[in-house]
Amino acid sequence: MNQGVAITGMGIISAIGNTVEENFTALTNNKVGISTIDNIVTIHSDSIKVGEIKKTNEALVAELGLPADNNFSRTAMLGAIAAKQAVKNAGITDINEYKTGLISSTSVGGMDMTERYYYEYFKNSSILKYVESHDGGDSSQKIADTLGITGIVSTISTACSSAANAIMLGARLIKAGKLDRVIVGGTDALAKFTINGFKTLMILSDTDNTPFDNERKGLNLGEAAAYLVLESDEVVRKEGKKVLAYVSGYGNANDAYHQTASSENGDGAFLAMQKAMKVAGLGVDDIDYINAHGTATPNNDLSEGRAIIRMFGNKAPDFSSTKPFTGHTLAAAAAIEAVYSVLSLQNNVIFPNLNFKTPMSEFDLLPQTSLKHKPIQHVLSNSFGFGGNCSTLIFSKSE
Amino acid sequence: MEAVKQELKEKIISVLNLEDVNPEDIKDTDPLFGAGLGLDSIDALELIVMLDKDYGIKLLDPKEGKAIFESIETMAKYISENRTK
Amino acid sequence: MSKCYINGTGCISAQRTFDTVFLEAAEVNNQENVLTIKDPVYKNYISPGAIRRMGKGVKAGIVASSQAMQEAGLENVDAIITGTGMGCMEDSEKFLKAIIDNNESFLTPTSFIQSTHNTVGAQIALGLKCTGYNFTYVQNAVSFESSLLDASLQFASDEIENVLVGGIDETVEYTMSLFKLAGYIKTESEKPYQIFPAKSKGVVYGEGATFFLLENKITSSTYAELAGVEIINKLPIEEAEQKLNQFLAENNCRISDLDAVVLGYNGDIDDEIYFKNLAENCLKNITQLYYKHLSGAYHTASAFGLWIGAKIIHTQEIPAIVRANAIAKDQYNTILLYNHHKGRDHSFTLLKRCQSTT
Repeated sequence: MNQGVAITGMGIISAIGNTVEENFTALTNNKVGISTIDNIVTIHSDSIKVGEIKKTNEALVAELGLPADNNFSRTAMLGAIAAKQAVKNAGITDINEYKTGLISSTSVGGMDMTERYYYEYFKNSSILKYVESHDGGDSSQKIADTLGITGIVSTISTACSSAANAIMLGARLIKAGKLDRVIVGGTDALAKFTINGFKTLMILSDTDNTPFDNERKGLNLGEAAAYLVLESDEVVRKEGKKVLAYVSGYGNANDAYHQTASSENGDGAFLAMQKAMKVAGLGVDDIDYINAHGTATPNNDLSEGRAIIRMFGNKAPDFSSTKPFTGHTLAAAAAIEAVYSVLSLQNNVIFPNLNFKTPMSEFDLLPQTSLKHKPIQHVLSNSFGFGGNCSTLIFSKSE
Repeated sequence: MEAVKQELKEKIISVLNLEDVNPEDIKDTDPLFGAGLGLDSIDALELIVMLDKDYGIKLLDPKEGKAIFESIETMAKYISENRTK
Repeated sequence: MSKCYINGTGCISAQRTFDTVFLEAAEVNNQENVLTIKDPVYKNYISPGAIRRMGKGVKAGIVASSQAMQEAGLENVDAIITGTGMGCMEDSEKFLKAIIDNNESFLTPTSFIQSTHNTVGAQIALGLKCTGYNFTYVQNAVSFESSLLDASLQFASDEIENVLVGGIDETVEYTMSLFKLAGYIKTESEKPYQIFPAKSKGVVYGEGATFFLLENKITSSTYAELAGVEIINKLPIEEAEQKLNQFLAENNCRISDLDAVVLGYNGDIDDEIYFKNLAENCLKNITQLYYKHLSGAYHTASAFGLWIGAKIIHTQEIPAIVRANAIAKDQYNTILLYNHHKGRDHSFTLLKRCQSTT
């Protein structure tokens, strides 16, 4: 196998916790973060449930110590909080001691402010500062500034697979020697825009989402941010860094089937998994756990399940979707699930696929529905998005 | 019923932006999806909103649309029987 | 460790660039503060079934990319990488307005599903049935250069043999009115607008779709070698020259080797300081060019700049309309591009002529 790129730090904020530890506690104690929506006024508040971070924007501003005239969107604030944690966790004191970059991701960027002030801009000049926070790249600028990163900074936006692609690019930049260190991940805040968007597609569940269940009704949206610190072997050696895990494989493919729907047999998903296995130099027997995309939409779970069967035959590894805990956090999903994958490796534990009752009629796949302890060497994590974007990451144990 | 059919053809063309199609090109019994007009699942969602907005008919499960949206004929019949506006 | 060559281009811009040799039909429009693209007849390229849901950026992107592939004589690619600063604004705005105006009722999905930033890349893949690597970057003024950087990494590691790389941005009415309100766009009272030298703050905005087909080999259609690309998020003005020298050195080159520089002058008096700092000092003896008076300023306008650089190496001619100084050379073998926006997202891109294409 190929060792891959070292992960030396991670940070997260999600509906199930404001730190890595809190997220782990929630995942191992069935503490879910799905609730009714508090921070956004929407006519759908009675008919949807979300994975919301129960902190107001004011609380986030205070936590980050931002000045009153700041123009951070919620997306940027969540990102800054998680990225700061990651850098701290990696024991970094001087960010520019090594060639350091930031590869972030978001789906709708500062849409939370744009939708709030859209028509008001013409009446109130004090909010004009938010016009520039709309761009996808703005949240990354703010995170870069918060961390003091000045070199390579970029943002990927490939809908719900975004953060997987940010992690992938980060790993490539380290491998190519372009960077010694890179902060990678994603951030997305809940917004009316995405709530209504998924509502029009009729794939929002009015109850807790139930991945891989025959009666699944759709997804719960969520918000989150998570970042990993990736460092070159040289930095790890020089600094005597503790390696949490390795990004050992990655693959991206396009389903080329439909703008939003996944192909019947999961062509893109299959190709992404296949490429990632090849990069990692692993065989199907080596994967101990799949953190599935598992959004609980009828289309995703069928397509992903079939792709898993194509890849692994009838001996699929243990798999679960953690989205019943967090909701589907769009661009951030692959980043929080990367953190969960590392936690799985570190603690030799598989997190349960909650809310599962009835096996799907189309195949025999059964998700792991309770917490399971077993030795875990390699975790495969899937993330798929609109536009046929399919990504797979493989994380491997550090020793 | 005939009036509803004509109205539906015009609405479908306009809502789904079928620039090169004329109402008279769509036969009442032509399949709207697949081989006929070539509509897809996204169009079905657009039509569900049209039923709600213009005829006061709410479909909660997109699967219900399948039989209703088979052709102009089936749509017109369903609308005539269920409309609230 | 393959090199990377531009073997095809496609450009849809505010100028007639789609069916021309170069800029022979270009005209400066100093009467509008938002320049919109000159559309080809999209129906000639895209089927009626597919086109009915597409915003203008998607349509322009599909046509520009297919032209780039056609020039290179390829029918499919290993990867598609796009950059867009603002994404699919037309559909984003349509959906957002519908949410607000109808109080979240009677919404339909089409504009939402077409609104994601990766729609152009996705629709190109769908049209080509291309299941390869597909990424979209959204980093303001380096959205396009991020795509170039990604592509060059993959050539260096021999993961791909060819790739479509493009920059796409579209203007849309309400957002433009917000940009005017926020002072990003020059005011009507300044007409006729002047981009270089700049006289005021703000830009003349623009839109466009510019695609490049990059390959790991020189062919009969090769324009130039993409010899290097670098993105720098924050670059103090006093460090710019040193960074430039460092970038050139990493690519085995010095300032004295440059035959021309393509600068991102955008008409904003504050942004201009960064360009002038190099233009009036270390680059003062080099042929200097600019282009945003033709394309308008937008996050991926630098892709239009790269198109100009590639065309100059290919044709060995510099259209008078893009000259910022009078220095001329016999040959244009090495061209540098420099761009930034509001002092952030700086990029250096280096093009070299390939001997076998002469």
